[in-house]
Amino acid sequence: MSNDSVLDKSDPSVRETLTYDLAIVGAGPSGLACAVRLKQLDPGLSVCVLEKGASVGAHILSGAVIETQPLDELFPSWRNAPPPSCIEANAEQFWWLTRTGALRLPIPPQMRNKGNRIVSLGSLCAWMAQQAEQLEVEIFPGFAAAEVLIEREEVNGVRVGSFGVDRSGRAKPSHSLGVDIRARFTVLAEGCRGHLSKRLIHRYGLDGVGDPQGYGLGFKELWQVPDGRLRPGLVQHSIGWPLDNSTYGGGFLYHCDAQRVAVGLVIGLDYSRGEFSPFDVFRQFKHHPMVRALLEGGNILSGGARALSEGGYQSLPVCEMPGALLIGDAAGMLNVPKIKGVHNALRAGMLAAEHIVGTGDVAGFDARLRGCAVGHELKKVRNIRPGFRYGLWWGLSNALWETASGGRSPWTLRNRADHAVSARAAPPAGSIPDERRDLPPHDRAALAYFAAVAHEEDQPIHLRIRNPEMCTGECREKHDNPCTRFCPTQVFEMVDEAEGTGLRINASNCIHCKACDIKDPYQIVDWVPPEGGSGPNYRNL
Amino acid sequence: MKILVAAKRVVDPNLRVQVKPDASGIVTEGAGMSVNPFDEIALEEALRLRERGHAAEVVVVSIGPTQSRQQLRTCLAMGADRAILVETEVSLQPLGVSRALLRLVERERPTLVLLGKQSIDDESSQTAQMLAALWGRPQATSVSEVLIEGSCVRVTREVDAGMEVLELDLPAVISADLRLNEPRFVKLPDIVRAKRKPLDIHSLDELAIEGGNHPRHVHYSSPPARKRQIMVEDVPALLRSMRERGVIT
Repeated sequence: MSNDSVLDKSDPSVRETLTYDLAIVGAGPSGLACAVRLKQLDPGLSVCVLEKGASVGAHILSGAVIETQPLDELFPSWRNAPPPSCIEANAEQFWWLTRTGALRLPIPPQMRNKGNRIVSLGSLCAWMAQQAEQLEVEIFPGFAAAEVLIEREEVNGVRVGSFGVDRSGRAKPSHSLGVDIRARFTVLAEGCRGHLSKRLIHRYGLDGVGDPQGYGLGFKELWQVPDGRLRPGLVQHSIGWPLDNSTYGGGFLYHCDAQRVAVGLVIGLDYSRGEFSPFDVFRQFKHHPMVRALLEGGNILSGGARALSEGGYQSLPVCEMPGALLIGDAAGMLNVPKIKGVHNALRAGMLAAEHIVGTGDVAGFDARLRGCAVGHELKKVRNIRPGFRYGLWWGLSNALWETASGGRSPWTLRNRADHAVSARAAPPAGSIPDERRDLPPHDRAALAYFAAVAHEEDQPIHLRIRNPEMCTGECREKHDNPCTRFCPTQVFEMVDEAEGTGLRINASNCIHCKACDIKDPYQIVDWVPPEGGSGPNYRNL
Repeated sequence: MKILVAAKRVVDPNLRVQVKPDASGIVTEGAGMSVNPFDEIALEEALRLRERGHAAEVVVVSIGPTQSRQQLRTCLAMGADRAILVETEVSLQPLGVSRALLRLVERERPTLVLLGKQSIDDESSQTAQMLAALWGRPQATSVSEVLIEGSCVRVTREVDAGMEVLELDLPAVISADLRLNEPRFVKLPDIVRAKRKPLDIHSLDELAIEGGNHPRHVHYSSPPARKRQIMVEDVPALLRSMRERGVIT
């Protein structure tokens, strides 16, 4: 047993070390698939999974309609004892919405969902974690990886964040020093815009050859609605209203079991209008006559938001570095036209384990990933998402061409960094019309309530601003502080104080969506993990 | 001396509790579960008594479904020496729980039994009292300070009029209030170590607990939604508004 070396240490002032063959950061689909596959291939290897959420699934938010083929590969008998809230997609609709109407569109071939399953990715991950624990994977929910351990230019583990530190950074009586996890190989499976992945991509220049990553912000709520309104298994997608033609995005309604429906909207973070507020647009979407008719009189059970990577093939960073791999949405493996990434995350996780066990090394993983189904799939659809930068109509025509030609265009459209396309905030006239909006949550603080956010108040602010003068100076003048609008739970507020206007950070409202880290026009916001176990407590999202 | 701590598996206190649509109970699907926070405080106190040299062993016990092992592992990772699970799929009421605890008390012969003053789910606040009565030993509830003095224990309780200090002969039953202490953070290496600590499992039948007549839950519902707040300009407006609503005359 590789952990025996630490068993006798009890001095609390000494930082303890645990040693594993493989350390995985993040108990999402890719990280758990990697852990499970590794144990299936070689039960003698030790593997641990660190998860910053209080439980597995607490920080997971996704549509999600998933392709099941990778699940068949990983758990051949999963259909006999399927994860909870998992139903087969049996009908689908694609709608073009206007302010008051809806026009049924033909379903694009990538969006056909026959045989796919509507799941709660949070429940799926909790279920996967149980399977992993049976294989003796050690999963540590409530422990955030705060730093990467690097020796001689090689990643050799992570440092877990400490507990019991007060706002000013001093140790409280309950202080407990985070441990070091040393591992032969480290797998970063943090999800979109992982804070360690971000640093490592920068440090090793992994994004040097590709385009900048592009992102979207997805909102999702789970509602329980009166009997008789839903058709379990129905998958509905929409484009159009309330987004204008220059803003990429779309809505979804997934009819689940137990009178529950998942409602959501994904918005491209390359929107350029500074006055844009993603939260208000999502609220507006819920009040479209078609959506409202489903939700009215129901109860919202849980809700939240999370950024997702939309850059695709041309933005995929090099997924390997000395001692470590990057998998899942931490790298960006979402197939945008399919609106699916979970299957690729699972595949990448399995491939990472197979590569490590097969070669005893991480080198060569990137080439293998690009050469496998994940790479092929992403390459084929690479031009579709960037086409929407020229507006909805151009984007749809381009998507038609790319689909018809099977992605064989000799060109590749480029991606731009989302933060670089923020324009100055325009006066609110002409933005979102002030429609009747009475469905909860009524404001962004209420969304934090439905996300069941919990943070210890007395801890350092985990949204670090590198240059606070920028907020009250240039950003205020040029952009009117977009952070006060793009954050789905209003973490950032400009408040008038005696000394003048200042930025107030309500860090305890943060749902860890990472929108600020991505969209801040000056790239001076660094999201770092708060005390382990803090953050949203999503249920069945 | 040996301390027995009782710990209940409950829905994580940070979650929003949801009532089932048919009003038959609380939705636990997809809910994170944790150790009842008051029981965690009781355990922390037991660990501190052991660290101060008053106790040689801390045994933690839970009565509940098989998944309660998870919470017992957390207690072991906090520092309990060993754990006992009385496995049952039936939801026991306080009387059944105290009867089961009594059986374990007879077997384990602890000098002190520490429990939370109530569980955050049912909030009955009865188990400690019933156990003390069945066992025929002194009890102190909602305790915010515990001092062992030879064969006695001196405890402080918060009561309406202020502080009440009681002296109890040991063995005794004590239930913990929120202010007793702040439980420690579980350390990651201790979670690994806890996997090797003993966890004994008994069935309810093995303990020969009588069923008895339990209260039946008839209906669950969410509290009525709070009305939207209004902001008033100044004090006269506040008074006017309160008068309109009949709050004052």
